[in-house]
Amino acid sequence: MKKIGYIIAVTLLSCGCKFNNAATKSLPIYGNKEAITKTVNGKQVIDTVYQTIPAFKFVNQYGDTITEKSLDGKIYVADFFFTTCPTICPVMHRNMLPVYNEFKSHADFKILSHSIDPKYDTVPVLKKYADKMGISGNTWWLLHGNKDATYTIAKSYLVAVQEMNPKGQYVHDGYFILIDKQKRIRGTYQGTDEKEVTKMTEDIKTLMAEPDQKSNK
Amino acid sequence: MKAWITISVLMAMLFIMISCQSEGQIEFSRYYSNGSVVYQAHCQNCHGANGQGLQGLIPPLKDSVYFKNNKSALACQLNSGLKGKIIILNKEFEGEMPASGLSPLEIAQVLTYVTNSFGNKLGTVNTSQVNADLAKCK
Repeated sequence: MKKIGYIIAVTLLSCGCKFNNAATKSLPIYGNKEAITKTVNGKQVIDTVYQTIPAFKFVNQYGDTITEKSLDGKIYVADFFFTTCPTICPVMHRNMLPVYNEFKSHADFKILSHSIDPKYDTVPVLKKYADKMGISGNTWWLLHGNKDATYTIAKSYLVAVQEMNPKGQYVHDGYFILIDKQKRIRGTYQGTDEKEVTKMTEDIKTLMAEPDQKSNK
Repeated sequence: MKAWITISVLMAMLFIMISCQSEGQIEFSRYYSNGSVVYQAHCQNCHGANGQGLQGLIPPLKDSVYFKNNKSALACQLNSGLKGKIIILNKEFEGEMPASGLSPLEIAQVLTYVTNSFGNKLGTVNTSQVNADLAKCK
């Protein structure tokens, strides 16, 4: 077996976050992490491997297939909603609208709203919702997919939320999840809280300025 | 002597008018402030803290003309929900508002709040009016 092996898989609960001491700000990286020792040029190097969002396949409001590849080189925010939701969804999307307007001119930014009611929220229903929200173009995708797939992706988005609040009901709690170009979780925000969403907007700017987010991949 | 009587009658009338008005004012304030609490709990998520609605999805609560023309139907709309197309501020909406589950008193309170906020000024809607309107719901 080649020496480029993996030896340890230790979960680092503390000291896991990487903070720069320099003046440049950066966001923490959430999710499960593994420490991997690999040999590079004969030297033993310890590297941290962060959890990433797994592969997925959904359909957006235009009927286009959206996979994880559609988000290569993109920073994006994900949330969960359904069009007939009378409780928190209108608040979430009222708060999301300024985020959309702020970043819609950035080609490397997206918003993904997963419907958790695929039976009612068909592609035409999502398109109508988008039209009525006044969103057009390809910045904000409303995604239709089967319920299992949506809940599976929700679980991987919401790991960070589960860490903070192990007993909560994650999918219906109105979280906005910020994902970077390497598909790592960089922030979770209460989408119903205007102040948290303002913080998210600031965090997106911080993230966009990070060196490894500027490059295209 | 006659002048005195006239003056005291006038004074009495004035006094009654003022006290009536302030009683009405007290009733209004009571309905209005309770209505704002009902609004926050039951309406604000969709219609917004300033009655602004949400884009083309949820109508704003700023159409005084609509409120005025449909005043006696508002209680029924809250009681049993609202479905189908409506025109609000010259814009068509066609979502569905669920039945509120509010009591007649709460309906009166929240209607007083809404129809006297966000630029509307239609006065108090009290419980007896609401009960009368509810009796006529289709």
